[in-house]
Amino acid sequence: MSNAVVEPPLASSGEQVNYLNASYGIRSWLFTKDHKRIALLYLLSITFMFFVGGTAAVLMRMHLLTPAGTLVQPETYNKLFTMHGIVMVFFFLIPSIPAVLGNFLVPMMIGARDLAFPKINLLSWYVYVVGAAFTLYAILAGGVDTGWTFYTPYSSTYANTHVVAAALGVFITGFSSILTGLNFIVTIHKMRAPGLTWFRMPLFLWSIYATSIIMVLGTPVLAITIVLLAAERLLHVGIFDPKLGGDPLLFQHLFWFYSHPAVYIMILPSMGVVSELIACFSRKRIFGYSFVAFSSLAIAVLGFLVWGHHMFVSGQSVYASLIFSMLSFLVAIPSAIKVFNWTATLYKGSISYEAPMLYALGFIGLFTMGGLTGLFLASLATDVHLNGTYFIVAHFHYIMVGGAVMGYMGGLHFWWPKITGRLYPDGWARFAALIIFVGFNLTFFPQFVLGYLGMPRRYATYPAEFQVLNVMSTAGASVLAVGYAIPLIYFMWSMRYGVVAGPNPWRAKGLEWQTPSPPPTENFEVTPIVTEEAYAYNLPPRQLAGQGAPGAARV
Amino acid sequence: MLKSFAISIAAVLQGIGFPLRPQPGSTIAAGVDRLHFFLTGLTLIFTFGIFSAIFYFAVRYRRRSPDEVPPPTPEYLWLELSWTIIPTLIVAFVFVWASSLYFQNSRPPNASMEIFVVGKQWMWHLQHPEGPREIDELHVPVGVPVKLTMTSEDAIHDFYIPAFRVKKDVLPGRYTSIWFEARETGTFHFFCAQYCGAEHSAMIGWVYVMEPNDYAAWLAGGARGESMVQTGEKLFTQYGCNTCHAPDNTGHGPSLLGLYGHPQKLQDGRTLMVDESFVRQAITNPNSMPIPGFTPVMPSFQGQLTEDQILQLIAYVKSLGIQQRKNP
Repeated sequence: MSNAVVEPPLASSGEQVNYLNASYGIRSWLFTKDHKRIALLYLLSITFMFFVGGTAAVLMRMHLLTPAGTLVQPETYNKLFTMHGIVMVFFFLIPSIPAVLGNFLVPMMIGARDLAFPKINLLSWYVYVVGAAFTLYAILAGGVDTGWTFYTPYSSTYANTHVVAAALGVFITGFSSILTGLNFIVTIHKMRAPGLTWFRMPLFLWSIYATSIIMVLGTPVLAITIVLLAAERLLHVGIFDPKLGGDPLLFQHLFWFYSHPAVYIMILPSMGVVSELIACFSRKRIFGYSFVAFSSLAIAVLGFLVWGHHMFVSGQSVYASLIFSMLSFLVAIPSAIKVFNWTATLYKGSISYEAPMLYALGFIGLFTMGGLTGLFLASLATDVHLNGTYFIVAHFHYIMVGGAVMGYMGGLHFWWPKITGRLYPDGWARFAALIIFVGFNLTFFPQFVLGYLGMPRRYATYPAEFQVLNVMSTAGASVLAVGYAIPLIYFMWSMRYGVVAGPNPWRAKGLEWQTPSPPPTENFEVTPIVTEEAYAYNLPPRQLAGQGAPGAARV
Repeated sequence: MLKSFAISIAAVLQGIGFPLRPQPGSTIAAGVDRLHFFLTGLTLIFTFGIFSAIFYFAVRYRRRSPDEVPPPTPEYLWLELSWTIIPTLIVAFVFVWASSLYFQNSRPPNASMEIFVVGKQWMWHLQHPEGPREIDELHVPVGVPVKLTMTSEDAIHDFYIPAFRVKKDVLPGRYTSIWFEARETGTFHFFCAQYCGAEHSAMIGWVYVMEPNDYAAWLAGGARGESMVQTGEKLFTQYGCNTCHAPDNTGHGPSLLGLYGHPQKLQDGRTLMVDESFVRQAITNPNSMPIPGFTPVMPSFQGQLTEDQILQLIAYVKSLGIQQRKNP
């Protein structure tokens, strides 16, 4: 394909050469080593997967309108929740902020031209796509019905669905996470601009760094677990199934050893985004910067020691449960520290309410509820009743959707002008944020009550006394679906018709705002030298040599 | 005042088919609910506190001009330490409360009556020692501690009675147990709470809590003939166990008289208590536990006996345990 024939969509008269219009054609994207373009490849892929997983969720909620189930057979319902879980966890949430925003921002925030290993970065996207292809194949070939947790011996011996194809997809995409994590760790260690000491880094980088450690240390355990599962399913090697001489709880230990830290892979980057947003839209340094930074590391470390709290009713030793319960309470503390510090940052700030800030404030509220309801599950006595019910479903959706997805949406809205050079309509964006907040609470709050009343999760049919709350939840899900569709529309609209943003539309601090939007391929014309700490909003804006004043590029 | 208001609200919601609390059907339910309500209160206080702080700051410190730059706020170590230490103390308190309640709740009273539960895709088999067997129904007397000893024929299941606040996974290849004491007569749902395949959500049933007299009548009324011990004894003969495990120790294997409930030394030096799990393993995987003085020649009965039958054999071996060992 020739590079010259495609009409440049953005290079209208007077626009600078940037990473989007520097080259054209499909090859220039598929073989790019530019971290910013790879971020966009990820953005497209995970958005597609988000709507695949979301479709499954909508079908599930419609099915649950009536106790007997309105839409599908129980077998199909089981495949829907499995697909929803696998796609959302492994193909949306885990890559979401690191692979899209992290990829785009890590080099820009540290004043580098690219990540340390640009080719490995591209490789990680291809690995992700191959993994996603296996999982999509498993779905199209008839689906898989084990739940995203693949518990044995059901998954290894009894399920008649495409378990190995789906698990192989998860196995493969794990390597994409490992490569991304490795790249970030090396980049943050070795490529920071002169003057950018660790404690001058934006908190987003601290959280991405902590996340990368978990990715590199945790994901291999998931890979091993999946290989063992496949060995038992295909070769009948007795590992997990007692009939073959295995131990069914061993699988749960291995699975949660990765999958609990994976929760922090999903939430830590969101916490980093929220720190950036709160600082920018209150024009204040994050209160207790070092406490917030170290709490990310504390979460990463403690997160590896709490997996057994998924197994309080599994038959594991009660003394193990006791220790896991204690550690689970402890991991709540660094999260609480972050919430208090974000709130304190607002004190005597200059607060404005553009769409990204609404998402950030929504995050704090919903994450607080998600975190506090986690205490019910860390408490041994109440967990016995709540484990395996809708209370768990509600709790982790408050963390994963109310927390991780709200943070991702906030970050996407915040850096969209940097990524595309265009502004989206802020009124619509605020409206969508409100719809998402309302729809989310209407969907998931009733599920706390459902769980306390005793409705088990993963039920295709349910006793009639649970119907009212299920109808409420389904109503909420339809509101939520509308909320997610609106940004998709105005984001696409803004790429062509949006107001030109200029380098720094939010008047934010941070190196990424001191270069044009969209940035040139090499990010900075000259390597920036950092002379101030992060979020120095009280100091006058800095300008880099050879670039226009912030906000001056408005057309 | 506030409490009675909350109770009346709950009663009204219950009345219009909108309950906020599952029935407290067992002796432990009230204790679990107290902790649950405490945590609910804690959640409400903190959530409300954070929400109001955010709302107040967002209004009070709203941006008044586009160029406004607020002065930096000093940071205080005492503030950081207090919002680290106070939450730590709160969760330490909850941890101690929840853990001690859990240990108290999970220890069955010595005088529990025993019922045996076997989960299989996708139904529950329940077996009373006196003989009656049920599917997806469980009849128990009120005011008597009941211990369920549970296992699975296939995948992992989970036996969950919301009204009693009890739940435990039901695993293949081993026994787990729960206990409860029903506080009032009535019928209560039980569910499978661990996903186990296509008809998982159909793996549900009812607990019928009856007056002790009615329960005795129900047990007798079934007229289902033999007790678990009697069935176990028949199996013991049918599968030829008796040819080796002769009561006078003249067979290839040890006598089982007086065995159950006592520690047993193994060839590898371990000493294990002879309980349900021990006997189960001795039947399904005898070579893993060779007994000193005997050649390990016993074949495995894995796959030849259902879990129900293994439980009946265990009941029989248990009954032999009570008899005196003839030949020490």
